Amino acid sequence: MNQPTLVIGNVNWFKYASPQTFYPLAGAAIPWFGWAAAALCAAGLYVGFFVAPTDFQQGESYRIIFIHVPAAWMSMFIYVVMAFWAGVGLAFNTRLSGMMASALAPTGALFTFVALWSGALWGKPTWGAWWVWDARLTSELILLFLYFGFMALQAAIDDPRRADRAGAVLALVGVVNIPIIYFSVQWWNTLHQGASVSLTRAPTMAATMFTGMILMALAAWMYSIAAALHRSRSIILERERNADWIGQAARRERP
Amino acid sequence: MNWNSWAEFWAMGGYGLYVWGSYGVTTALVAVEIVMLRVRRRNALAALRGEGGHR
Repeated sequence: MNQPTLVIGNVNWFKYASPQTFYPLAGAAIPWFGWAAAALCAAGLYVGFFVAPTDFQQGESYRIIFIHVPAAWMSMFIYVVMAFWAGVGLAFNTRLSGMMASALAPTGALFTFVALWSGALWGKPTWGAWWVWDARLTSELILLFLYFGFMALQAAIDDPRRADRAGAVLALVGVVNIPIIYFSVQWWNTLHQGASVSLTRAPTMAATMFTGMILMALAAWMYSIAAALHRSRSIILERERNADWIGQAARRERP
Repeated sequence: MNWNSWAEFWAMGGYGLYVWGSYGVTTALVAVEIVMLRVRRRNALAALRGEGGHR
């Protein structure tokens, strides 16, 4: 089979899309992202619990925000990145793209569940209900089912390349749900509040609360990158097992 | 400083169940994911070593 090429400025960019090039690079990057996640999480929790003041309306229950908002952001962002890689895999038939999409799905599902779970635990004391069929909550629940559907579909198909293509179609169709989640609080009259943070306005919250939230969001980013890279390396080991370099790498490396 | 004692910290102004329920489940799920990532890698490497023997 011909290797696909994408030559821009005398560099074949698909070289970096080869699992053999990617595998050691990802391996070297994982500890950096992992430790960055741990440090940012420690700083975020410190600011969130010891520096940020008590909310005058919600008391201490608002401290769920440091979990809830970063998890909700990640749940949507990971889906977009997953669908992007799935789409690239469909368009260019690059093996690594499909592997990246598969590697992202479980971490995305984790953050979606955390967003829903922490939302329920926040909703009970503030709204008086664990769950309401509000547009924001319902569309986020659909996102969880999209992640589960993507993983179940891929697990049901034995041939990995066919699994990638089928998963990619599902992932790309499901992207329509992301703007629905994001804009649901504007388009419909929801119980869920609107955004407190946007790119165009100053955040409508205390500076220390905002700092804690951003630190936790960055920690979630770093963790997601580390987890996805780690999982993609396992997927490479599983799928490329007949390649010579894999056998050498497997003998050299410790688990 | 927001808290005068550890008891006050854990009580979270009466919202302890909700706050610690969120943080606890999140921590547990992240821990489970990290274990699953390690198990998957160990299994993949073990499968490769097993195959390497008769090649």
